[in-house]
Amino acid sequence: MSLTYDDVVAKYEPVLGLEVHVELNTNSKMFCGCSTIFGAEPNTQTCPVCLALPGALPTVNEKAIESTIKIGLALNCSIAPFSRFARKNYFYPDMPKNFQISQYDEPICVNGYVDVEIETDEGTKQFRVEVERVHMEEDTGKSLHVGGATGRIHGADYSLLDYNRAGIPLVEIVTKIVPGTGKYAPEVAKAYVSELRDILRGLGVSDVKMEQGSLRCDANVSLRLIGSDVLGTRSETKNVNSLRSVERAVRGEMIRHAELLNKGERVVQETRHFQEDTGLTRSGRSKEQAEDYRYFPEPDLVPVAPDAAWIEELRAGIPERPSLHRKRLQEAWNVPAKEMEAMINADVLGIVEATVALGADPTKARSWWLGEISRLANERDTAIADLAITPTDVAAIVALVEKGELTDKLARQVVEGVIAGEGTPAEVVSKRGIKVVNDDGALMAAIEKVCAEQAETAEKVRSGHLPAAGALIGAVMKETKGQADAARVRELLLAHLGQA
Amino acid sequence: MSSLSRDDVAKLAGLARIEMSEEELVALSNEFTVILDAVARVQEVAGADVEATSHPLPLRNVFRADVVVPSLTPEEALSGAPAQEEQRFRVPQILGEE
Amino acid sequence: MIRSTAAEMAAKLVAGEVTSVALTQAHLDRIASVDADVHAFLHVDTEGALAQAASIDAKRAKGEKLSPLAGVPLALKDVMAQKGIPTTCGSKILEGWRPPYDSTVVASLKKNDIVILGKTNMDEFAMGSSTENSAYGPTHNPWDLTRIPGGSGGGSSAALAAFEAPLAIGTDTGGSIRQPAAVTGTVGVKPTYGGVSRFGLVAFSSSLDQAGPCARTVLDAALLHEAIAGHDPKDSTSINAPVPQVVNAARAGDVKGMKIGVVKELNGDGYQAGVRARFEESLELLAKAGAEIVEVSAPNFEYALAAYYLIAPSECSSNLARFDAMRYGLRVGDVDGASAESVMNLTREVGFGKEVKRRIILGTYALSSGYYDAYYGSAQKVRTLITQDFTNAFAKADVLVSPTCPTTAFKIGEKANDPLAMYLNDIATIPVNMAGIGGMSLPSGLADEDGLPVGFQIMSPVMKDERMYSVGAALEAALLSKWGAPLLDKAPIMGGAK
Repeated sequence: MSLTYDDVVAKYEPVLGLEVHVELNTNSKMFCGCSTIFGAEPNTQTCPVCLALPGALPTVNEKAIESTIKIGLALNCSIAPFSRFARKNYFYPDMPKNFQISQYDEPICVNGYVDVEIETDEGTKQFRVEVERVHMEEDTGKSLHVGGATGRIHGADYSLLDYNRAGIPLVEIVTKIVPGTGKYAPEVAKAYVSELRDILRGLGVSDVKMEQGSLRCDANVSLRLIGSDVLGTRSETKNVNSLRSVERAVRGEMIRHAELLNKGERVVQETRHFQEDTGLTRSGRSKEQAEDYRYFPEPDLVPVAPDAAWIEELRAGIPERPSLHRKRLQEAWNVPAKEMEAMINADVLGIVEATVALGADPTKARSWWLGEISRLANERDTAIADLAITPTDVAAIVALVEKGELTDKLARQVVEGVIAGEGTPAEVVSKRGIKVVNDDGALMAAIEKVCAEQAETAEKVRSGHLPAAGALIGAVMKETKGQADAARVRELLLAHLGQA
Repeated sequence: MSSLSRDDVAKLAGLARIEMSEEELVALSNEFTVILDAVARVQEVAGADVEATSHPLPLRNVFRADVVVPSLTPEEALSGAPAQEEQRFRVPQILGEE
Repeated sequence: MIRSTAAEMAAKLVAGEVTSVALTQAHLDRIASVDADVHAFLHVDTEGALAQAASIDAKRAKGEKLSPLAGVPLALKDVMAQKGIPTTCGSKILEGWRPPYDSTVVASLKKNDIVILGKTNMDEFAMGSSTENSAYGPTHNPWDLTRIPGGSGGGSSAALAAFEAPLAIGTDTGGSIRQPAAVTGTVGVKPTYGGVSRFGLVAFSSSLDQAGPCARTVLDAALLHEAIAGHDPKDSTSINAPVPQVVNAARAGDVKGMKIGVVKELNGDGYQAGVRARFEESLELLAKAGAEIVEVSAPNFEYALAAYYLIAPSECSSNLARFDAMRYGLRVGDVDGASAESVMNLTREVGFGKEVKRRIILGTYALSSGYYDAYYGSAQKVRTLITQDFTNAFAKADVLVSPTCPTTAFKIGEKANDPLAMYLNDIATIPVNMAGIGGMSLPSGLADEDGLPVGFQIMSPVMKDERMYSVGAALEAALLSKWGAPLLDKAPIMGGAK
């Protein structure tokens, strides 16, 4: 009989630990000048250093140091006045030196935190996730396993190695253990990774695409009996490729651990792999016979001692924390949380903000970007950001509507025109001859014509059946080539038919 | 008297990825008894108050600008490869986890 | 012609009295004549050397201004990467490997138009003091072919002593340039750590390795030193400062008023009698030349050997991990069903020699969890103490001196089965590498009891390499006066050459 999640959290409390690896977006690799561009032909971006040819020596990428310090500052860490690289020794074909240059007991950033918010039964709750350390290391090459059924390592006949990725800068962010999340552990884990992703994106140090591997998360989970001090054995789950998977992996591991413990069995300390399709984890390498990495200070590199002035200069350039920034906008615009979420998910928050900065009313700006423009983007199967229309354009259109020079309907035509590349809103209006028909006289002429043509419908309205007016209004709009203000038409029509 | 048993040596050989013969393991185990005694002398003066030296020179902050420089051609990169396929290094099946 | 110094050859080249092609050919002929006996070379690049020589002659003919040593040939220790040329490091695991790139030292040599004749023999991966650990057979000392030429750079020093080349490049981690120089009657210098780029120097012990000049005279070594030294952005541990003025110092050879410190712990107690005798004589000659001899003490030097045999193996256990049959080098056991792991294990077992495997295991142990503090960690502390000893000593003296090594060249095979006895050859040279300072060995004469060369070691503070050359040149001049002819004139004539 398998346990429900509620069963699990009734008896046990989870302890979380999260390790996130971030691929930096520097131009060159961590320890050599090879390009880091994604998707190049195999082994076209390698050199004696990243191939670990005999005699090669590493040199530290200054931008990588800068990015790592910025990450540390954004996570409220202290920047170590003195830090060192260390060799982590183990053999694996995707790691050419058979050691990884990383950092061991002297990492560059320590003791920070990230505040996250989640929705609980008792409303919104804040959690502070403490960050133990942020350090630099290098990525490995990529292997293609040939011969096995699934392209995976098990059952493969041989492997093919591409070292383009070997040496790309990685930053590892390790949390302290996170207790006290109770049944919300999965949500806290997800919120943490999400917030981290936003912070990193805001810093511009990585493109943080989980699906592409530039942001990787390992989740460590253990359980202890509620009220107990004794920590349980933890398992590490890798291959967690999306925010949703983070949540599912944590939840799944909690249940798996509880089932074992309830049966009186032991949780094995091991690495597990998350399976997207089932939401379960599969056993990987056992960490019980943990490999001895024989860390020692990297003799080919000298210590890093960033001076206080440089750190302060970098600190000044750190943007406002994304979640604080969003809160501020939400209050200023008086927009409900669900709509903020919609803007964030559609990745238009920045665009909307820019439009508002140009004078547009926030609600109108939002409704244009999330509504009509979003629809047109979907139609064209492109991202909103890739369309030809800009915040300046939208702000102009909003202004025109406000002035009464455009109706909403006409404005949509203008939007289409701008996207099609016909020019600015003013240019589109002029080229297409778009004009709101304001002249009551012209409107009345159209109204009388339509009422005459559709006498029966007109009669219905006259006798009090107001919904029938819709058809007449529609006809008047057609008559005026859509350039009449529908609201005004309705007014005049109803008055004309004695229903004002 | 410090020493390494034959099994200790075997474990180290495993870590170092060297497949040693039984004779070698035993021979090394014997040699190390003498060698370890000799090198263990360092503990006599390595007090807690002495700092360790990892670098002979007091250099700090040696960095390289984040500029791309030409890589080797794939032919050069693969020139020493014992086996290659599709412009990649071909290696025997890897047993470890993925 | 081949018995001239490099400086003399350079002068003749400038004067147009000889072409680089002729000079290079003369050395190639010499190699062909004697190297079957000496076995200094692992690879002779006949075509490449002559082509290089020809292009230099052409440049000179056009009136181009060339470097001081342009056109002079040189032998390169096989631990330095030279593009397209076999680089084995004396090991089977790199048999046939041709690097796709040049080390910075080789690039400097090419830039200075120094002709590279070929790659010289060495103890495998620079581990050893006799060149008996080479996977390709030992090199033989030209003074007595049944004896070792020293190590790990025995090939380079033997090539000089046999007049197969007037210049050579060596590398020194615990004495691998200086000790071979001592036992072959030649000059060898380990510059200040960081003075010469390590990019392309196949690493043995990264914090100790240094490439340096080898020659038959102090001035020749100085000329070569200036050609290869300097900052390299590709080596993060290289010093960004002007190269010490070693050529000027070598030409002047002025020691008047210099304080020369004899290190009590390295004064030759227990060393071979002839070694001690030549050392005392050299001190007298230096005093006569105007230097003041003082005694200094370095109490922590007695721990240097132990610390070295923890630090070097530890670093090498990591540096040699890359030799795993996956990307280059030997691959063994790649048969049906074999795993990458088994291929790695077998290749490394077969591809590495005994001494290399011994040190890899020792280093793996010294770094392992639970033993790090007692071994590697403690050794790094001893290093601090040795550096302090040197700092204190250099407060009292401008240079320090000692015999280079305890004995003259022993017989091939004599110490091969006694690792500890072998390690003791480096007892006087190791402290220099631990502190990263400069060290030179030059010939101080022959031991009376066996007629074999003895070396005199000079040590200078960090980036004060010129002091070694001042003292070395002064001593060399005094000794030449005393002998009436260069020491190497006393070496057995080989191959009937002039």
